[in-house]
Amino acid sequence: MILTIPQSLIIIAVIAIGTFLTRALPFILFPAHKETPAFVRYLGNVIPFAAIAMLVIYCLKNVSLLAAPYGLPEGIAIAFILFIHLWRRNVLLSIGGGTLLYMALVQFVFV
Amino acid sequence: MEKKLDAFKAAFPYTLPVMTGYLFLGMAFGILLDARGYHFGWAILMSVFIYAGSMQYVAITLLTSAFNPLNAFIMTLMVNARHLFYGLSLLDKFSTTGKKKPYLMFGLTDETFSILCAANPPAGVDRGWFMFFITILNQSYWIIACALGGILGSLVSFNTKGIDFVMTALFVVIFLEQWLSQKNHAPALIGLGASILTLLIFGPDNFIIPAMILILLTFTLLRKPLEARFEEKLEPTPESGK
Repeated sequence: MILTIPQSLIIIAVIAIGTFLTRALPFILFPAHKETPAFVRYLGNVIPFAAIAMLVIYCLKNVSLLAAPYGLPEGIAIAFILFIHLWRRNVLLSIGGGTLLYMALVQFVFV
Repeated sequence: MEKKLDAFKAAFPYTLPVMTGYLFLGMAFGILLDARGYHFGWAILMSVFIYAGSMQYVAITLLTSAFNPLNAFIMTLMVNARHLFYGLSLLDKFSTTGKKKPYLMFGLTDETFSILCAANPPAGVDRGWFMFFITILNQSYWIIACALGGILGSLVSFNTKGIDFVMTALFVVIFLEQWLSQKNHAPALIGLGASILTLLIFGPDNFIIPAMILILLTFTLLRKPLEARFEEKLEPTPESGK
């Protein structure tokens, strides 16, 4: 440990407060007992779709298309997930199958 | 009591993908933290009070560099800025949850958000308790996994390389489900396009905040056409059944 125990506790407390703030701020700004502005309600309707898309890209942010293996393991696994999910519509099968395929690809094929 | 039990039973299956993901990501976190001299008690402390996957990884770095709380605070706001979006999307769903609301807000991780905005409780099941159990189940998986990582740490020897892809897979499936549920794909495409564009410009470590700004700007500019098409969808008229 580089920091002392009280210093570590302070850092952890600061991170906990900061994290809670980012999660709670929208609810503090737009409390339930007050009418939410129409513009914010509109944003609340459209943002979930954009936010999930953003999360997918966030997960893939460190994949390089310009260096080996050119994003192939991710591309193949995602194509597999889309295919099997459209076919069976079984969430656990799609997620489990896609992850196992990806692990096999990065451990045995694109090593 | 029965109301809670029903909600618990309905919530549990939705949390299984997150259980898998958190188990491995949490264990990896506990192992890393232990290797830096913080035993599993610290892992539990952090997963109880911080409860943020990627931020806890960043916290390891913050704990092993010079003491700078202000820097830690700003870093936290930047890494977690994407959570602002989640709250905005859930204002309505959380509005009737009463005393459970503070905990629902606290537990709003990427994974919990993605489940909450995709899953609807079956008829007759209380939405508030349904969301509460999804949130608390997810956090329990995370706490247990972080503790296990700290305790068992070095004993885990099978090759887990690539296991973190389980989160990507979860988000891809939710993206696809959302896509299939909507006729209007503009919001999803705006999110995808803005994220890719800002990733190319700002790079992997700095693109989230620009991406959020670009998404908000685009939604603001396209409000009229988007809102018109979304209202048609949200309030189906009798004719839409033809």
